[in-house]
Amino acid sequence: MVTKMTIILTMLMLVMYLVTHPTPTPFPGIMTMNRRFQTFAWLAIAAGSLVGCSTSKSEADRDANSKELLNVSYDPTRELWKALNKEFIAQYKKSAGVELDIKQSHGGSASQARSVIDGLDADVVTLAMWTDTNAISKAGLIKPDWSSRLPNGALPYSSTIIFVVRKGNPKGIKDWPDLVKEGIEVITPSPKTSGNGKLSFLAAWGSVTVPGGSEEDATAFVKQLYQHVPVLDSGARGATTTFAQKNIGDVHLTWENEAHLEVQEAKGELEIVYPSRSIRAEPRVAVVDANVDRKKTRDAAEAYLKFLYTPEAQEIIAKNYYRPSKPEVLHKYSNQFKEVELFDINKIANDWDDADAKFFAEGKTFDQIYAPSQN
Amino acid sequence: MKSSNRHVLPGFSLTLGYTMLYLGLLTMVPLAACFGKAFSLSLADFWAAVWTPRTLAAYRFSLSVSLISSLASIVLGFVIAWVLVRYEFPGKRIFDALVDLPFALPTAVAGLVYSGLYVENGWLGQFLVPLGIKAAYSRLAVVLVLTFLGIPFVVRTLQPVLESMEDDKEEAAYLLGASRFQTFWRVIIPTLVPALITGFALSLARGLGEYGSVVFVSGNMPFKTEIAPVLIVARLEQFAYAEATAIAVVLLVISFALLLAINLLEAWSRRFYA
Repeated sequence: MVTKMTIILTMLMLVMYLVTHPTPTPFPGIMTMNRRFQTFAWLAIAAGSLVGCSTSKSEADRDANSKELLNVSYDPTRELWKALNKEFIAQYKKSAGVELDIKQSHGGSASQARSVIDGLDADVVTLAMWTDTNAISKAGLIKPDWSSRLPNGALPYSSTIIFVVRKGNPKGIKDWPDLVKEGIEVITPSPKTSGNGKLSFLAAWGSVTVPGGSEEDATAFVKQLYQHVPVLDSGARGATTTFAQKNIGDVHLTWENEAHLEVQEAKGELEIVYPSRSIRAEPRVAVVDANVDRKKTRDAAEAYLKFLYTPEAQEIIAKNYYRPSKPEVLHKYSNQFKEVELFDINKIANDWDDADAKFFAEGKTFDQIYAPSQN
Repeated sequence: MKSSNRHVLPGFSLTLGYTMLYLGLLTMVPLAACFGKAFSLSLADFWAAVWTPRTLAAYRFSLSVSLISSLASIVLGFVIAWVLVRYEFPGKRIFDALVDLPFALPTAVAGLVYSGLYVENGWLGQFLVPLGIKAAYSRLAVVLVLTFLGIPFVVRTLQPVLESMEDDKEEAAYLLGASRFQTFWRVIIPTLVPALITGFALSLARGLGEYGSVVFVSGNMPFKTEIAPVLIVARLEQFAYAEATAIAVVLLVISFALLLAINLLEAWSRRFYA
C-alpha cells in the first residue's frame, strides 16, 4: 500500500517535472527521447492504476466462493501446519463448499505477536506462549475469554522441553541434576528473546521446586546451570545450529518436536534423553476477533481451529511429534512420547504472565544470574 | 529576480522539495516517533531503563568493538583500495566486484558463516582453537565480522580519491629527496585523511547498529559479549516498547554525537591539509 503510493507519487513528480520543463533543445533526437519518455511515464501511470483496479476486482470476486486465511504461528511449526492445512482445505471444501487458501507466517513467537498487534492481518494465531496470545488480547484484538472458547482451554496440542545428547550419551546425562556436573556444556537459547529459552529455564526451575525443593535451591540450581551455557543464541533454530552443526555443547534443551527432527536429521550422531519431569508448554490457539470480523472470515477461521480437535488432525499433530490433547491419540503414539511428568505453569507461578514478571523481567531471577557481583 | 536565472540543472525547487519530503517521511517521522515513544516514560523510568550495569556494559561492548573494527577497516580497506587503484593484475575486476559483496550479503549469513568457520570443529577453528585463539563467540569474533562489513565502506570512499591522485606529486617528493616512507607519510596520507575519516565514520555507524550478524557470532553473554541492539530486542520480546525505544534513543544520541564529532574532525582536517 505504502510502496504503491510512493511509486505513484514518484511517477507524478516525474511527470510534473517533464511537463513543467520542456527543455528546448537544438537537437531533435533528444527532443524525441524526451517525448518518448513522457509518453512512457503516462503509460506507466495508466498501467499502474489498471493493475490497482484489477487486483481489487479479483479480491471482490474471491469473496463469493473462496476465502483466504492467515495463520500466524511460531518458528518450528512449518511442517505441522503444512500437513494440517492440506487436510483442512479438502475437508472445508467438502463441508462448506468454500475454496480456502491458507497462508502461513512463521517467526519468533513474541515478534509474531507484535506483528499482529501492529496490524498484521492474522485470522488465527497459533503461538508458542500463552503470554504472546494474551498480549494480543490485551491490545484488544482478541476477546478476553479466548482461552475458554475452544475445547481443552484452546490447547489442541502441547509440547515440552527434553534433552538431546551426543551419540551414546558419552557424558551420561540422564536428568536435570546431571546438567550442572563438572565439564558439561549446555545449549539453550536466551530466555530473554526465545520461547524455547523461557521454557528451558522454567523446566529447570520446576525440576527443583516441584518435587519439594525451596526457591533458594532453585535459584542456586539455575544459576549453576547457566554457568554451563557457553552461548546464548537468540532463538530456537539458532541454538539447534550451534549444537547440531557446530558441535558445541554436550546437551541441548529443546522443544520435544524439535528434538525428534534434530535427531532424525543427524543420522545417528545424536540421541534423545527424557528427563524425569519437565514443563508443559501451552501453545494455545485463538481466532483474532477484530481481524476476522473485518475480513468476514470468522466462520472459516473458527472451523479451522475446531478442526484441530478432530481425530484426523490429532493424528497429524502426533505424527509431527506434538502431544495431541486427545488421550486416546496420545496413547496410540505412546512409544513416541515417553512417559514424563509434565508439570503445569501454576506449579511454579500464578500463570505465564506472572512467570514472566517473576523470572524474566528486568533485574529479576534470570538477570541476577549474570549480575557481575556473582561472577 | 535571481531565481529566474536558469541553473545548469533545472528543477531545483522540485528536487529540493523531494529531498525534504524524503528526509521528512523516511527519516524524521520515524525518529520523532522513536523519541516520542521513549519520552512517554517518566524521567525516572527512562533512566532506570537505559542506565543499568547491564546496559552500560552493552554500550561499552558495542562501542569498543565498532571502534576497533573500524580502525581495522581503514587499515585493511586502505591496502585493498591502494592495490585496486595502483596495480594491474589478472582478475582485478572480479576482486573489485567482490569488495561490494558484504553490502549485498544478508548479514545473518555472514554471521553464521563466520561462527561456523571459527568454532572448534570449523575449517579455521580447528587450527586456531588449540592455539588458544577463540574467534567464535568472543569479542574477537564480533570484531572480525564487523571488520568484514566495514571494509567496503572504506574501500569505496578511498578509491575515487586515490584515482584522482596523480603520480607526479609522489615523483616530485621523491626527486626533492624524500624517502619512500616520507613520501607515503607526508604526501600520500595527508591527501587521504578526509576520505579515511569518512570511511571510518561510515563503518563505525554500521558497526554500532549491526544486529543480524553479531547475534550469531557473539554468544550474547550478558556483561561480556552482549551488544546493545540485543537488549532492545529483549525488551521488545517482553512487549516493553517504551523501554526498548529508550535504549534506542540512547544509541541514536551516542551515534549522532560520534558522527557529528567525526564530521567536524573531517572538516577541520580538510582545512588543515588543504
